[in-house]
Amino acid sequence: MTDTPLLCIENVTKSFGATYAVDDVSLDIRRGELFCLLGGSGCGKSTLLRMLAGFEAPSAGRIALDGQDLANVPPHQRDTNMMFQSYALFPHMSVEKNVSYGLRRAGLPRAEIATRVTEMLALVQMERFAARKPHQLSGGQRQRVALARALARRPKLLLLDEPLGALDRKLREETQLELKKIQETLGITFIVVTHDQDEAMTLGDRLGIMREGRIVQVGTPHEVYEFPQSRFVADFIGTVTLFDGTLTEDRPTDAVIDSPEAGGPIRIPHAVTGSVGQSVAVALRPEKIVIGRTPPEGVENRLIGTVETLVYQGAASIFLVRLDSGKSVRVSRSNRERGEAEAIAQGDRVHLGFSGQSAVVLAS
Amino acid sequence: MRRLVPLVPFLWLGLFFVIPFAVLLKISFSEPAIAMPPYLPLWEWADGVLTIAINLGNYIFLTEDPLYLVSYLSSVRIAAISTLVTLLIGYPMAYAIARAPEGRRNILLMLVILPFWTSFLLRVYAWIGILKANGVLNNALMSLGLIDQPLVILQTDIAVYLGIVYTYLPFMILPLYATLSRLDGDLLEASADLGARPLTTFATVTLPLSMPGVLAGSMLVFIPAVGEYVIPALLGGPDTLMIGTVLWNEFFLNRDWPVASAVAIVMVLVLALPIALLRRIQSRAEKA
Amino acid sequence: MRSPVALRIVVVAGFLFLYAPILSLVIYSFNESRLVTVWSGFSLKWYGELLSDPQIIGAAWISLKVAFLSASIATVLGTLAALVLVRGGRGRAVLGGLVTAPLVMPEVIIGLSLLLLFVAMEGLIGWPGGRGLLTIVIAHATFGAAFATVVIEARMVTLDRAVEDAAQDLGAGPLRVFFDVTLPALAPALVSAWLLAFTLSLDDVVIASFVAGPGSSTLPMVIFSKVRLGVSPEVNALATLVIVLVSCLVLIAAWVSARQRVPEA
Repeated sequence: MTDTPLLCIENVTKSFGATYAVDDVSLDIRRGELFCLLGGSGCGKSTLLRMLAGFEAPSAGRIALDGQDLANVPPHQRDTNMMFQSYALFPHMSVEKNVSYGLRRAGLPRAEIATRVTEMLALVQMERFAARKPHQLSGGQRQRVALARALARRPKLLLLDEPLGALDRKLREETQLELKKIQETLGITFIVVTHDQDEAMTLGDRLGIMREGRIVQVGTPHEVYEFPQSRFVADFIGTVTLFDGTLTEDRPTDAVIDSPEAGGPIRIPHAVTGSVGQSVAVALRPEKIVIGRTPPEGVENRLIGTVETLVYQGAASIFLVRLDSGKSVRVSRSNRERGEAEAIAQGDRVHLGFSGQSAVVLAS
Repeated sequence: MRRLVPLVPFLWLGLFFVIPFAVLLKISFSEPAIAMPPYLPLWEWADGVLTIAINLGNYIFLTEDPLYLVSYLSSVRIAAISTLVTLLIGYPMAYAIARAPEGRRNILLMLVILPFWTSFLLRVYAWIGILKANGVLNNALMSLGLIDQPLVILQTDIAVYLGIVYTYLPFMILPLYATLSRLDGDLLEASADLGARPLTTFATVTLPLSMPGVLAGSMLVFIPAVGEYVIPALLGGPDTLMIGTVLWNEFFLNRDWPVASAVAIVMVLVLALPIALLRRIQSRAEKA
Repeated sequence: MRSPVALRIVVVAGFLFLYAPILSLVIYSFNESRLVTVWSGFSLKWYGELLSDPQIIGAAWISLKVAFLSASIATVLGTLAALVLVRGGRGRAVLGGLVTAPLVMPEVIIGLSLLLLFVAMEGLIGWPGGRGLLTIVIAHATFGAAFATVVIEARMVTLDRAVEDAAQDLGAGPLRVFFDVTLPALAPALVSAWLLAFTLSLDDVVIASFVAGPGSSTLPMVIFSKVRLGVSPEVNALATLVIVLVSCLVLIAAWVSARQRVPEA
């Protein structure tokens, strides 16, 4: 029972006229996980969420929650609840009335409603504000009320549309951890829609990255960051330098990619599933590249260039190095020792090195 | 049920706004008669023969008697001049209200709206007491020694202008205020920052950006003013020719319903252009 | 930024222009003399005469009934029209053009065309059975609905659809959503729309003159026939009462909406 997915999305498509907001999406959501749908604006993530809640009907495909097909279930009869981006608190009702609204609709006995509301307000630490109206609360407080209200009915699945989008950065970071804790405590399955990749990485047990109505990759934050399957994902999650090239050798133990941009061949110590002669791109994260005044030791690949821009960020320094091919490479180095950052200055000739193991080869 | 409810406003407006127009058009083509109702039917079905008699006589009549043409022209002239005067008074008021401090702005705005809520008829009536020969204005001017003969204002076109400007001033100020208050203060500061004097800023930034308000306000005054009846009836004199009065008299005094209908149809045609203009401004404002 | 002196003068003069006639109406309503504009001492006698004039009291009663009924119909029509205009549905553009047309149509044309309709319908189906209260109510509801739609629509477009979605998400059916969430949010607009339609109905003389029948003269019709004959101190007294009443209503409405506005901020 626990192995079957809670939510099955099968080939769901939503078209508005000739445009496809959601295009043939299939996805399984596991019980008790916190799943993040990540994508830029207009990628279809909110439309997908609204279809799960029942506000939009799929043009094609099937959505099943716990084995039950949701096709003809209106929003008010679904065992899902939603936390809205605007919070959508009822402006004319107190915090307590907002939180109890769904329970009253469910026809729960009064005593149980009271207990449940107290419980929920305690969960989000809003007990003292029960009698307030939404306009008397700060943004962060409203966010908590919206969460409490959506959780009060104990849905099987909670849908959160940019739940932290309206908070300022500092508060957002605190709330991310709190939200994750609440989710783990209650064991309710969450689907969070966000455009913020840091938030998705922090919150999600798994991420689904969407682009132009399609899901382009699903995986844990680690999988998505370390093994992006496309240029889009590599570029969207974190920062990356891409070297375009041609696959010239592909053996079971190693491969070689000839990249004029990198000024020569790039060696990869494993097979690349591709055909020789195919054009590919090698993706490199800034922190996977070592930088120094002397040629680095113990790496298969070395490059030479000139430091064009140097940004000191406190914990790390970012170097933009212009290779002789004209390609600009982004390198980051953590400032482990004080004074180290000054060791390399703008305009210096530097040596870069990286292990082929840390690079990702992508079909272009 | 959910499908039918939205149809209610359509049905109501169809029955009580669109069909009446069709009837108006129909009767403007019928022959007057001494009967009740005082016109002959447009079509008749007798002995298997359908007789349709479209009578253009009413429209021809409108062109033959100069009274009608003069009345239309005079209505348009009176409405246009009144609109211009209303704009000249309303613009600075709207501008000042939009620039007033937040707290005072709402009070001033309410002071503009308040007369609009009190009876229009009674406000026009108030001017009789002010303008008549031994009215407030003449008494005041005479006691100050500025004049020794009462001014004849009531029952002239001047009184009609005054009445129109007075009653329609809020219609001018409100749309002007709406565009002026939306005007981004940064734009004015940017203009000043780039070297424009206050008057230059007004002429090159404020005025062009408030044109939708100017046009909307002007149309909201001009259109009803053309068809105005109460103001010329109470403040105007025998020489004041306005088409609303002509229509009223055709209907109530001459009991010539077909001619009254023809007068109304022509009035709609005269107003079609300003109405279309107003529509365009309003739909653009909605999109913005 | 301080406004220039010239601007201030225009504003003060403008407000004087708006309020001086109203003020003179009020002042001379307390005048002893019948000659309205010649002051001969303070008196309340015209108020006494006004309240004992059966024609005016009767007409006032008719006007109040007409205004109450037509404002109520206009508000319902306006709410439905605004729902169609804001929430979509077929014929949105047609309705948008149609519903606001009475706003820009001269009153004489609305009055005449409605009267012609009533007469034609009378001949065809025997309804509405003569002119009177019913025909005035229909006429006033029609143009009142135009104003009501504008007021309610303006409010409806600012409503956050997500709030209604939230109610539905929390288990409320469509009707429940309307009464729990939509209606309370619209309430201030419904009140202003009703008041506006009510006032417009109480104020109309032209349309009513066309569609009223014998014995159904409204208050403005009676006032109009009185003042065509010249000034009348009774009308001044009536005007004063109307002004005081309306000012109180507007102030209350402004106070209510000011209190309502805070929550949105």
